Amino acid sequence: MSSINTVSSEKTVPGGSKTSGLLLLLHMRTFVALILVFGFFAIYAPNFLTGANMLIISKHVALNALLAIGMTFVIIAGGIDLSVGSIVGLCAMVAGYLVLYGIDLGFIGIGYSIQFNTIEICFLVLLVGVFIGLINGLLITKLNVAPFIATLGTLYVARGAALLFSEGRTFPNLAGNPEYGSDTFRLIGSGSFLGFPLSVWIMAIVALLAAYLATRTPLGRHIYAVGGNERGAALSGVNVDRTKLFVYMFSGICAALVGLIISSQLQASHPASGETFELNAIAAAVLGGTSMSGGRGRIAGTIVGAFVIGILADGLIMMGVSSFWQTVIKGVVIIAAVVVDQIQQKLQARVVLQQQVN
Amino acid sequence: MNEAHPVGLSIRNGSKIYPGTQALKSVDFDLRMGAVNVLVGENGAGKSTLMKVIAGVEQLNGGTILLDGEPVVFADKNDAARHGVGIVFQELNLFPNMTVAENIFVGHEKTFAGVHINKSAQTAAARALMKRLEQDIDPDTPLGNLRIGQQQIVEIAKALAENARILILDEPTSALSAAEVEVLFRVIEDLKRQGVGIVYISHRLEELIRIGDYITVLRDGVVTGSRSMEGVDIPWIVTNMIGSASKDFPKTVQHELGDEVFRVEEICLPRAAGGYAVDHVSLSVRNGEIVGLYGLMGAGRSELLECVMAQHPNSSGRIFIGGQVVREKSVSGRIRKGLALIPEDRKRDGLVQIMTIRENLTLSSLRDFTRILHLSLRAEALKAAESVKQMAIKVASLEHPVSSLSGGNQQKVVIGKALMTKPRILLMDEPSRGIDIGAKAEIFRAMRRLAASGLGILFVTSDLDEVLALSDRILVMANGRLTGEFPAGANASDVVSAATPNFNRVAIQ
Repeated sequence: MSSINTVSSEKTVPGGSKTSGLLLLLHMRTFVALILVFGFFAIYAPNFLTGANMLIISKHVALNALLAIGMTFVIIAGGIDLSVGSIVGLCAMVAGYLVLYGIDLGFIGIGYSIQFNTIEICFLVLLVGVFIGLINGLLITKLNVAPFIATLGTLYVARGAALLFSEGRTFPNLAGNPEYGSDTFRLIGSGSFLGFPLSVWIMAIVALLAAYLATRTPLGRHIYAVGGNERGAALSGVNVDRTKLFVYMFSGICAALVGLIISSQLQASHPASGETFELNAIAAAVLGGTSMSGGRGRIAGTIVGAFVIGILADGLIMMGVSSFWQTVIKGVVIIAAVVVDQIQQKLQARVVLQQQVN
Repeated sequence: MNEAHPVGLSIRNGSKIYPGTQALKSVDFDLRMGAVNVLVGENGAGKSTLMKVIAGVEQLNGGTILLDGEPVVFADKNDAARHGVGIVFQELNLFPNMTVAENIFVGHEKTFAGVHINKSAQTAAARALMKRLEQDIDPDTPLGNLRIGQQQIVEIAKALAENARILILDEPTSALSAAEVEVLFRVIEDLKRQGVGIVYISHRLEELIRIGDYITVLRDGVVTGSRSMEGVDIPWIVTNMIGSASKDFPKTVQHELGDEVFRVEEICLPRAAGGYAVDHVSLSVRNGEIVGLYGLMGAGRSELLECVMAQHPNSSGRIFIGGQVVREKSVSGRIRKGLALIPEDRKRDGLVQIMTIRENLTLSSLRDFTRILHLSLRAEALKAAESVKQMAIKVASLEHPVSSLSGGNQQKVVIGKALMTKPRILLMDEPSRGIDIGAKAEIFRAMRRLAASGLGILFVTSDLDEVLALSDRILVMANGRLTGEFPAGANASDVVSAATPNFNRVAIQ
């Protein structure tokens, strides 16, 4: 009380026992929700707690979580990326096409086509994702298009391009060709390592990378600063345009990864794959505490959010709840998450103010 | 004279207390009808508060308001409007997307049965008002298409539409061109003839002398002079504004000035409407020197600093630091070259409110704690803690959001952030704006200390006291140009005269 000039570098320890307990609970709300949802289905849904089911759920969650990680950065930077679902579709089609046909060089007069191995295919597909992200970023930074509109536009363009690729048909039988080294393509979706599916490993690695980026690099700090106050960040020497370009390109990569995984899992590419995935990704990010007004959010929160949504969806199916009710319940959970978030913000501000006075 | 200009509204013994300060101390004020009552004083002298009290925006803590001799209490702005008091704020409160007529009647639309807007009646009434103000403005024009001067007239029409008998104008000319000022003055003359009592607030002293009939000078919430305008001159106003007792400024510490560290040449910023916001300005600052850049609102001082800080891509001119030309076009590049800016609007430009104190302090110098990609949070926290100590920022924890700090402490965070980039020249735009007296003194002491350690400081201010007491050298800007240079200890009225643009324009008609 005497010296207010003391500086502690450790994390804030909220004072006052009653509010602090509540605050801690609110702070961990997504995690608490996860435990509640998990516990509920463990008791009421038959076969929920089996190892096989856990693996299936984690495979489902991995896809949404990957998109949500990219989305989290975009939202923290004060934007939104509606195009991720379409990027998934387009990338799936590109992957399928490359596996089946390679690149046909007939158009320059050589009766020859280049075939690719799995690594090369992955690289090219990721490039497509980065490219669309780059277009999103350029539209938003250089041409001043609102993020919502720019990515709504690329949502349609990318989806249209995916349909054009095969004139709306599915690319079936992506078994690949051992001669070209593309027969391993199916492993992305079906392979496993140490008992976990590869897709879950990919998600985990991307999540760790993203969490590191967010908390321990200048780029991550810049993303928060741009979302918190763009003008202030610019005047502090943050390169706002470059930061925004990065988040949309990163989101594009995440979507491309999902496209690869989906086409490999199904061993087929369908141009409609990924439809409405963007909304699930936004939901996971918001559920995990990401603020739609920018500047606030955590990768760990987003992952937990994705798990809550995934477990909720699969658990309700296992209990035989109608899909109509599932949709309603998902909506209610999302709104409840944001309401609780607002309560936490208010409470936290009050606690900080008290500490300031003391 | 008194019969010609009866007192319409008066305040007796008025006091207004805000948390921490007393804005008005036993103020007596008479507002005469059919005349221009000029109110003048420095920033923070209590002009705005007095005006807000009259307009019902704020209520007195003590004393009474008499309207036509009867005591009244205005509950709010609408209540005051019902009693015939209208106010035109410095910042226009208009909607560029709506028409002139819609703007005039916004909030009190003419309607059928309270639902359907009677458009023709509004248009007719707006047209009548425009005629009364002798303006050729079509009521159906979108407001955004009008020039700022015409928008000001619309704002006045808005007040008159509510039958204002008393009209308060707060710095109405700060954004106007010379021709628009003339139009406004004609309108004021007309209103006077129609018996409207006008309160006119401005920093432009020659304007006040020309248009005013009565003058009231405020200083630190006390009326220091009140008389008829006859025989009033600029020195009389300045004396009453500033007084003899100097405020508590840190005394200039004598130290040797170093070599020139910062120079700009021919900085130019074209204005969209033609002309220049910054008009071929050249200046220099030496190591250890505090240069005060004084001027009125809209003189182009902030714009000059923004040009230096690469905020205006279409500006031109040359910048030198330590004799070396600065070619960097990005903010980060200029920061690396040794420039640092403390922006005028702390909330909007200086801080990321949602981030913690630590994150704000280090935002401009993250590279210092980074190896390749990895940011060392430990080194960052240490540096932030050091900065907190150096700037004497009062914080409970570095991890609290910066928005939880008081204005003065927030300003110290902004300065701390700038200093962490190891600047060679510090640009400060109104460094004392919006912070309390105690924090001001601390900021000034910090500026002195930094200068003594060899840093060059260029600071912009609208506060005469501040520029006189704090500067080793005073530069004055008006209408985008440098109009004066004075050594420390210059005469106040000389500085004010230099800051007064177009002195000849309005001096004698």
